[in-house]
Amino acid sequence: MISQLSWKIGGQQGEGVESTDRIFSTALNRLGYYLYGYRHFSSRIKGGHTNNKIRISTNPIRAISDDLDILVAFDQESIDLNSHELRPGGVVVADAKFNPTLPEGVNAKLFAVPITAIAEELGTSLMKNMVASGASWALLGLPVDVFNKAVEEEFGRKGPAIVEKNIEAVKRGSEFVLEQAGGPLDEFKLEPADGKQKLFMIGNEAIALGSIAAGCRLMSAYPITPASEIMEYLIKKLPKFGGTVVQTEDEIAAVTMAIGANYAGVRTMTASAGPGLSLMMEAIGLAGMTETPLVIVNTQRGGPSTGLPTKQEQSDLNAMVYGTHGEIPKIVISPASIEDCFYDTIEAFNLSEEYQVPVIIMTDLQLSLGKQSCGTLNLGEIPIKRGKLVRELPELEDNQYFKRYEFTEDGVSPRVLPGDKSGIHHVTGVEHDEVGRPSENAVNRQKMMDKRLNKLNGMTIRDAVRTDAPHNDADLLIIGMGSTGGTIDEARSRLDADGLRTNHITIRQIHPFPTSIVQAELEKAKKVVILENNATGQLASQVKLYAGNADKIESVLKYDGNPFLPSEVYKACKELI
Amino acid sequence: MATFKEFRNNVKPNWCPGCGDFSVQASIQRAAANVGLEPERLAVISGIGCSGRISGYINAYGLHGIHGRALPIAQGVKLANRELTVIASGGDGDGFAIGMGHTVHAIRRNLDITYIVMDNQIYGLTKGQTSPRSAEGFKTKSTPEGSIESTLSPLEIAMSAGATFVAQSFSSDLKQLTALIEAGLNHKGFSLINVFSPCVTFNKVNTYDWFKENIVNLDQFPDYDPSNRIAAMNKIMETNGMLTGLIYQNTVRKSYEDLVVGFEEQGLANQDIQMSQEQFDKLLTEFK
Ligand SMILES: Cc1ncc(C[n+]2csc(CCOP(=O)(O)OP(=O)(O)O)c2C)c(N)n1
Ligand code: SF4
Repeated sequence: MISQLSWKIGGQQGEGVESTDRIFSTALNRLGYYLYGYRHFSSRIKGGHTNNKIRISTNPIRAISDDLDILVAFDQESIDLNSHELRPGGVVVADAKFNPTLPEGVNAKLFAVPITAIAEELGTSLMKNMVASGASWALLGLPVDVFNKAVEEEFGRKGPAIVEKNIEAVKRGSEFVLEQAGGPLDEFKLEPADGKQKLFMIGNEAIALGSIAAGCRLMSAYPITPASEIMEYLIKKLPKFGGTVVQTEDEIAAVTMAIGANYAGVRTMTASAGPGLSLMMEAIGLAGMTETPLVIVNTQRGGPSTGLPTKQEQSDLNAMVYGTHGEIPKIVISPASIEDCFYDTIEAFNLSEEYQVPVIIMTDLQLSLGKQSCGTLNLGEIPIKRGKLVRELPELEDNQYFKRYEFTEDGVSPRVLPGDKSGIHHVTGVEHDEVGRPSENAVNRQKMMDKRLNKLNGMTIRDAVRTDAPHNDADLLIIGMGSTGGTIDEARSRLDADGLRTNHITIRQIHPFPTSIVQAELEKAKKVVILENNATGQLASQVKLYAGNADKIESVLKYDGNPFLPSEVYKACKELI
Repeated sequence: MATFKEFRNNVKPNWCPGCGDFSVQASIQRAAANVGLEPERLAVISGIGCSGRISGYINAYGLHGIHGRALPIAQGVKLANRELTVIASGGDGDGFAIGMGHTVHAIRRNLDITYIVMDNQIYGLTKGQTSPRSAEGFKTKSTPEGSIESTLSPLEIAMSAGATFVAQSFSSDLKQLTALIEAGLNHKGFSLINVFSPCVTFNKVNTYDWFKENIVNLDQFPDYDPSNRIAAMNKIMETNGMLTGLIYQNTVRKSYEDLVVGFEEQGLANQDIQMSQEQFDKLLTEFK
């Protein structure tokens, strides 16, 4: 019996690849397996090769696999493009309709199943996904009732007749393939899982969920890959909490609307990717200057310009850290897991109000869209904290303005919301005095700049640098961010097997840079490698700038649009040691 | 109830003497008192330009944002707390050049906001460049040979974008302007009030006298029916946009806030944001 397996479904976009994956993985989740998904798609809706890969394991996993055990193919292209990933002895389940063949040199078993024909016989080719997923399920020899239950849930709303038909499709697919294979395949028999259902979601959903838990009640956003799922989730859920989502005319409107709403007292966020982030830059400065809380999610994808809109990259770091003209305090945090996506979002809202600054939550495409099993999420773990927000001020003397920008020890001033009788004040992006009136006075200017910029002195988020450093004299310290952590850890266990000792830190607080923590790790390290999905080593630049030790640091960069594979990380690290 | 004076603050405007914006400021203060507002219940959100400074010259909550973005900020404020009265305001460059996209979409969205544009057909703050409202042939610093682009008609654009309240006024007609702002504040939905507000320093063509000569005042047509969309469009075209008064009002269409599913009368900012464990568990079951 095996403890893990990789499965992939490929076809033309719009052909049912997504739904095949969804039902298959939902059923696996019911059995308690840990799952890690990867979507390969292009920026068109119909047509174009697309595939979804899931890794299935009895233990927690946080990376895609190097190879593939089972490939389900709706067309020959899917075989041609993906069969090189198959490990020797792997399996291809393909639609008999196109007379599938294996490319030369591919050592795999091919089962041609009349996927389309069965589906059409039962009424509609739309049921291809059921035939295909049913066939793969059968090959794994997993319990049929669990699968049928997942099908029931998917189609329950459409009535029992439809459910019946789909279950029949599953049955026909599995019967056919079992007859060809002579029963479930022994080599793919998975050890039973713990039977405990895990939460199973994409990073974007975890962020959306975290935002509701944080008390976010408005979102203003403009659709973009790979951020849209956040608004799509919230438009379904926020009305139940009295809130709403506004799809704005562009990202400038999205971010400025969010600023207006935060100013008026509602936790509001926007989410976008590189192109939208670029449009938001001027407004981010307004939030910084007016000390208005703001939360922005930036789901990174391939840049520059429209770049690779559906591919993995981590190349907006500089834009997030340095973006907007002039100098403002700003926080950039980088969740590195689904759980982080949830908790960091709550923390981001807290930080934005406690420090009255814009906070950017940075993810990357693989973290935003890769569907993964995740641990339990606790509602109360991060309580809502609103900083120096005052409601119902005592009455002020006649004609006096409230000191919204009062100089205080920590630089954070009391904040009051429109509607409060004694809190009237002015807010402007022009340099201003303590009551918010425009002022060009040189002394005031310097004091105000210092007040704002010093607010974040010493600020550290929880788990600012996640450290997994078991060795005192490691051969290598590996540094990463975002979705790459699981891949790094998998490479490390292979290095470990080779007798090479590595430590690993994940930088989660990108800005302000957690200098002392990172520096301490660098000082101890013999050699350091920083892994990132961009071409210029943006994280490495930050590390060297703030924590020095440049002579020890090497970069491993990947910017072809695909996430790192464990084998690539393993190889790169091995070469460096 | 607050008086006109209570909407004044002790900040001296930095507008040139004679600038049309002074009267707009005064009209807003009067209208706010006349409709029974309290200063703390009013938020004035303005853009960047000479006109954009207005939010600092009214005793109310004020936010002076970035160029062209007064409307999305104002909509954010209204969505966050619909119990507030929200006025957005700025210049013709702010609203019809850099912010034109937002203007059209704010009109379509129809949140209950009163948008007052101080239209001086020129860029004041940047010292005299052409605006989308400049007439063809108008010579400015950026159009030394005269503007060769056609003049934008915000009224026609507003009408075609589905506006529910379209008015225009002239800053020296304080009485009409105040009445129109009151009507805008009372209107349930988005109201556009475009105000001819002369720039005495950089626009030597569209002067007070020029406006007096060229304006057609709808108040002099007792039969004019502002609920008739076609008649309104005709009137705008007939007068080449040089009309003042209430041009169009649709009292039937509901405002955005009233159409959002699940939106309550109580401002969101005043609602409890803590979700219950039960609500949370319910959300989690969908991910199993
Ligand atoms: C993004 C941006 N671009 C340009 C400017 C410079 N700018 C400030 S106000 C303005 C135009 C002013 O004209 P208008 O909006 O008509 O207002 P007025 O000064 O005439 O009242 C410009 C171009 C700016 N502040 N921001
Ligand atoms: S420059 Fe023109 S618009 Fe600006 S304050 Fe002076 S008169 Fe008014």
